[in-house]
Amino acid sequence: MAESTITEASLKSALIERLNATHVEVTDMSGGCGQSFTTLIVSPQFAGLNSLKRHRTVNAALKAEIAAIHAWSAKCQTPEEWEKDKAKNGGASAKPSLNGTVDGKVEGVEA
Amino acid sequence: MRSSAAMRPTPFLSAFQTRLLSDTTRQAIEKAVGSAPVVLFMKGTPETPQCGFSRASIQILGLQGVDPSKFAAFNVLEDDELRSGIKEFSDWPTIPQLYLEKEFVGGCDILVSMHQDGSLAKMLEEKKVLAPEGAESDSK
Repeated sequence: MAESTITEASLKSALIERLNATHVEVTDMSGGCGQSFTTLIVSPQFAGLNSLKRHRTVNAALKAEIAAIHAWSAKCQTPEEWEKDKAKNGGASAKPSLNGTVDGKVEGVEA
Repeated sequence: MRSSAAMRPTPFLSAFQTRLLSDTTRQAIEKAVGSAPVVLFMKGTPETPQCGFSRASIQILGLQGVDPSKFAAFNVLEDDELRSGIKEFSDWPTIPQLYLEKEFVGGCDILVSMHQDGSLAKMLEEKKVLAPEGAESDSK
């Protein structure tokens, strides 16, 4: 079990280190308790993988962390997809998904 | 010696996994997964989901027009063994979880993105699990 508290910053650095992520956005959707996170993860390691395999890669890299929190959501893009999305949205980066939340906060728990 | 040891999980881990998912639990989950062509493991019931992610998933299956006679939902909140067992069984850490013809499709994030890019509609159509045209609605 991870000895330290899970935070937006700790998840971000873990994703950069373990998945060579080039861009990570982590949003706390717990409303303050620090137990629910939604993420946007951009990593070259997702290239050639379908959506399920991308999520499985992330789940494996953050096994202890995801087991310790209540809710977890991820959007997984390759650097190319992320750039393409950004260009399409007039330079704005994609945002972590808030599907399943109410005004960006989880109600009930997913884990 | 060294390489074969490295290939195996540590004794603690394998003992732990065996304890988590007993044969009876595994058999019960296999039965549940095969109980209908479309199976959703969720928190709460389709009528009253207990979690936003389960609600979003049920709504998507409804929007897609999945035939109710080809669908089964299991409430993991009613059964602690199912709640932890299904995560182990699917090697997936969260609920909800969708199965289509005994094959794991994904959780809420994957369902939402497949719903948006049209691949879910295509998949459900191919597996012939959608309600016949015009028969799916009783709100008329």
